[in-house]
Parts: sequence; C-alpha cells; structure tokens
Amino acid sequence: MPRTSQAHAQIHAGVTTASDEEVARFQAIADAWWDSTGSFKPLHQINRPRLEALAEHLAAHFGRDRTADRPFEGLTLIDIGCGGGLLCEPLARLGFQVTGIDAGERNIQVAKHHAEQMGVTIDYRTATPEQVEGQFDVVLSMEVIEHVTDVDMFLAACAALLKPGGAFCGATLNRTGKSFALAIIGAEYVLRWLPRGTHDWKKFVKPSEFTAALRKAGIVVKALEGVSYDPWRDLWNRVKSVDVNYFLFGVKPQS
Amino acid sequence: MTELTADVLVIGGGLVGGPLACALAQSGLSVALIDGEVPDATLAPTFDGRASAVALAPQRMLAAIGLWPHIEPWAAPIRHIRVSDGASPLYLHYDHREVGEDSFGWIVENRALRQAILKGIARHGDKIAFLAPARMTHLARNPSDVVATLSDGRTVRARLAVAADGRGSPTRESAGIGVTSWKYGQTAIVCTVAHSLPHGDAAQEHFLPAGPFAILPLTGQRSSVVWTEKAHLVPAILAQDEAAFQRELESRFGDYLGDLTLEGPRFSYPLTLQFARSYTAHRLALIGDAAHGMHPVAGQGMNMGLRDVAALAELLVEAKRLGQDLGDAQILARYGRWRRFDNLLMLGLTDGLVRLFSNDVAPVKLVRDLGMAAVNRLPPLKRFFMKHAMGTVGELPKLLRGETL
Repeated sequence: MPRTSQAHAQIHAGVTTASDEEVARFQAIADAWWDSTGSFKPLHQINRPRLEALAEHLAAHFGRDRTADRPFEGLTLIDIGCGGGLLCEPLARLGFQVTGIDAGERNIQVAKHHAEQMGVTIDYRTATPEQVEGQFDVVLSMEVIEHVTDVDMFLAACAALLKPGGAFCGATLNRTGKSFALAIIGAEYVLRWLPRGTHDWKKFVKPSEFTAALRKAGIVVKALEGVSYDPWRDLWNRVKSVDVNYFLFGVKPQS
Repeated sequence: MTELTADVLVIGGGLVGGPLACALAQSGLSVALIDGEVPDATLAPTFDGRASAVALAPQRMLAAIGLWPHIEPWAAPIRHIRVSDGASPLYLHYDHREVGEDSFGWIVENRALRQAILKGIARHGDKIAFLAPARMTHLARNPSDVVATLSDGRTVRARLAVAADGRGSPTRESAGIGVTSWKYGQTAIVCTVAHSLPHGDAAQEHFLPAGPFAILPLTGQRSSVVWTEKAHLVPAILAQDEAAFQRELESRFGDYLGDLTLEGPRFSYPLTLQFARSYTAHRLALIGDAAHGMHPVAGQGMNMGLRDVAALAELLVEAKRLGQDLGDAQILARYGRWRRFDNLLMLGLTDGLVRLFSNDVAPVKLVRDLGMAAVNRLPPLKRFFMKHAMGTVGELPKLLRGETL
C-alpha cells in the first residue's frame, strides 16, 4: 500500500547488502523523488499545507510551542506508508522520533538513502502496520487508505499502534464528482502529475466513511480540512472544503 | 580545522545582509554571517558617505526586527517632497498629510545604519556567528548542503547560502548567474552640507540636464547632497579645491537654506543599472544589490533590498517551522517569483525617470512639465505615486506590514 509511488513499488525480498549498482539505482530514484521541481513537484507542493496542518493540530494537542526549535522533542511518531520519506524527514527535524514503514522495499531503500544523505535519523522498515510492535504518540497515514483493500482491518491495525491520548492524522481523496474530475481526469490524464491508474476512484473514501471506520477502531475525529490548488500562484493552500483532498485529525481517548 | 554549522549562510553583512541575519535570528534560525571588512572600519566617516532613504514599509520591518530604535536618533523624516524640472516654474509638491501618514519615509546616513546593524548582530550573538573580517575562498553547493571555505581554513556548513555581497557579487559570478546591465554615463557626487536655515523636513529633487540633483534632509540643519553629473566631468569637479567645489555646488543648490558649509569628504559613485538573470541557483539566493542595482533617483535601492529580506525571511522561517529543507528548490522558486517582478518594475520606473529627465530637449521638457503639473492637480494619481514610493502597495510580506514572523 505505498502511495503515489506504487508504479515503482516492487518488492525485493531479502535485500540486506546493497550492491554498488543498487545504491546507484536508489540514488537515481531518490534524486527524482526528492527533486521538488521535477516530476514529483505536486507531491512536494502539497506537503507544505499538509505539514502546516500537522504541525498546527499536533502542537495544539500536545501543548507545544511551534516557534520553538524542535517543538515535538520527546514524542514518537509512525508514518504508515511513508514512501520516500517526504513527510518523515521534516517531522524528524521538528523533533519527533520518527519510524517510517512502507510495504515497498524499494521505497524504504530510497528513504533510508536520502535520510542518511541529509543527516536525519529515522527508523525506516519494510513492513505493514500489523507487523509493528509497540505504541506511538502519533500515527500518520497519509494517502494510503484509498489504496488498501480492507479499510476496517487497516485502521484497526493503525489504531493498535496508537497510545491512549495519542493523535491520528490521515489524508485521502473524497469520492465526489469533483474529485473524479480533478484527481483522475486532471491529475492523471490532463496534467500527467501522476501515472495513469495510480488511483481507483471507486476506492476513494468519504469523510463520513473514514470517520465511522475510525470510530470503530477507537479513534474520535476532531477536525477535518481540505487542500486546494491555486494555479495562479502555483501553490497548494489549506481550505475548508473537503470535496477533493482532505486531512483528518483524530484522538484516541485516554481510557 | 574548525567547522561551523548553521541553518543559513549569509555572505555580506552590509545594509541588506545584516538585516536578513537579524530577521532570521530573531525567529530562531541559526546564521553564519561572513563579511570581508573589519566591522568598526565600516563606521569611519571615510568609508561610506551616502545616506539611504528608508520608506515607510521597510521601516516597519526594521522596527519589527528590533533595529529601528538604534536608527531612529539618526533618522530624519521626509514630510515634503518637491520635484522641479530645471528652471521651469512648474513643480510637484508631495505632502505627507495627503497620504495620512506622519512621513513618507526617512533619510539615514549609511554610517548610522551600519552602526545599528552591528548592534543588532551583537544582540543576536547566540544565533548569529559573525565572521568578520573573513574572506570566503570557495563555496561548494552540494546536493544536501553548502560548505564555505574561508581563507584561514575554517569551514561553514549550512543548508542555504544567501549572497548579499553587493553589485559585483563574487558569489553570483562564481555561480555563473549572468547580469544584464548598462551604464548611465552619470556619476553621483555625494557630500554632506550644514546650512544656516532649517530644511523643514523637505526633500528636494531638482532635475538638471546632466541628471537629478537631490537635497535630502538629515538630522539637525544638515542635508545630504546627491549630485548626478555627466561622468566625464566628475574627475575635474572633484579635483577642485574646497572653495571652488563649494561655488559649483551652490550654483545648483541655491540659497533657500541660507549659507552652506561642507561637512566631511566628497564621494563619487558611477551609476549603472543591472539585474541578475536569475535570483536563485541550487541552494543559493541573491538579495539586494547582488540581485538588482538601480539609479538612486527615487531612493529605492536599499528599500528594494529590504523587500527582498522581508520575503526571503518569511519563506525561510515558514520552512524552518515546517521542518523543511531550507535550501529546497520550491522555496527558492517562490522567492524568485515573489521578488523579481517587483524589482523589475522599480528598475523600469527609475530608468524611465532618469531617461525622461536627464536631457534638455524642448518637446520632451514640455511634455514632462505638463505631466508634472497634471499629477500635481490629480490627487488620486498623486496618492498612487506616493504610496508606491512608500512601499505600501502589492502583496506585502509580513515584516513589511510591521508584523513579526
């Protein structure tokens, strides 16, 4: 269940010692993935309002001062479906002790390679949520749920990783006419931001469905917001409307 | 070999690089600031005889980053601006009351600005590593960081390098960023005069065929003179003895401020216009004169530099609070988009002004005099020009609105 990278995602089982050739290949993928003006540009652009929403909600929840250096020091976070680590790295710089998991071995290799290059410490593992032990202060699942087969089972596994009193952050695509027009026709066919077939509109999740599934898993949704693209300024901004791409913030009650 | 690590490396601790370092440090970013000069030497009366206009919006930023209290005692407000064309009886009068502000801006001697900036840098000593005098011999811009090597063997590692090293910016040159430039064939003679009558907080701009002659109010009964002259005449003018030089000056200055006394040395600066073809490269941003240099006619050089500072500081502080890589290409692209158009517009305006006024061609003179008279009689148009000069229009970064980051 990797994110938009699933076109690249292949499972290379048992790769423990990477050859020079493989390192070079990971470098090439990492370079492409992390080139914020290259083919993954929209992913980088959407990261800004995403990180802003994450930092704002998490600072409020944990009572942290966002203007401090490394405001989230002392908190643990797991990013489920971390891809190349586009969110893991900034969150680690903000002070979180970050674990990043992805089912795609290659994604994890790329993420590891880049974090090392940037001097950021992150615990990356090729795994699915049910394979992880322990509990975290924050569980992140961004742009993953629209790719999984059994939403309830997936969210139960996510919730199991969350400490009581911890925060869950999710993001996905809404199942609306507008999201079909923008995310499928627009992003995959017209603008070619994503490879065709990246998304299956029928698997998109309405906020009401996401919220209900989380409640079953023991997580109470506290906030919902959207992002939208401003073509004039070539920027993604946070908006109230959750018609297309939305972000959700939830809490696992103490008892 | 000592290695220093910072979020941002700023090359050049002058009138633009210094404020950037202070703005970033105030918001918690660590800065390594490199300057080639001995800091105290930049305060000598012989180092820089110019004064700079600080418009209203950049002043708000200087206040927001804590520099203004150190500048204020040396800042003379501009409450009136009078523009005249040669011997023509028509002139343009801008009055601060028409825009409802206490003043359009301030004139501050660069020496006072440098002193205030050094105080600001010292106050942020925990966040700013001020390396001066230091000479950078090499700047490596790597995939994940930049590393500057200094002549004494020390190295500085940061995520982003910012070049604030002036018109001839060696950093810009070695990054291979070209500039478009042209010479005006004019040189500015700059000197300070004391006068027996008060200036009444008025700035005078007298357009003479050789170029604009500006009298800018300083604190007390003093003014800064920016006398633009045809370049080839300047060596002879400067070579004259004090009495002869003063006679030449008085013939242009007039006697409306009473008797004049020259204060301090005379300086001269050849005038050019230039703009960098790009404001950014891999892990590098250009600000101030390194990015754009303009004719001093409208007093906008430092102001445009401070606008660069406000935009870049806002983007970098946001990125830091989001945990992003400060040298990310997206952030640099946003900086370039934000500043290039604004700066080109001002370069175009000042260039147009200089070309329109620096001649004595009768039909051109008639048109510009009628234009000035028309602007004088059309309050909305006049307010539009005044607000532009004050820098309060456009999509303003927070610091230019006086907000902190």
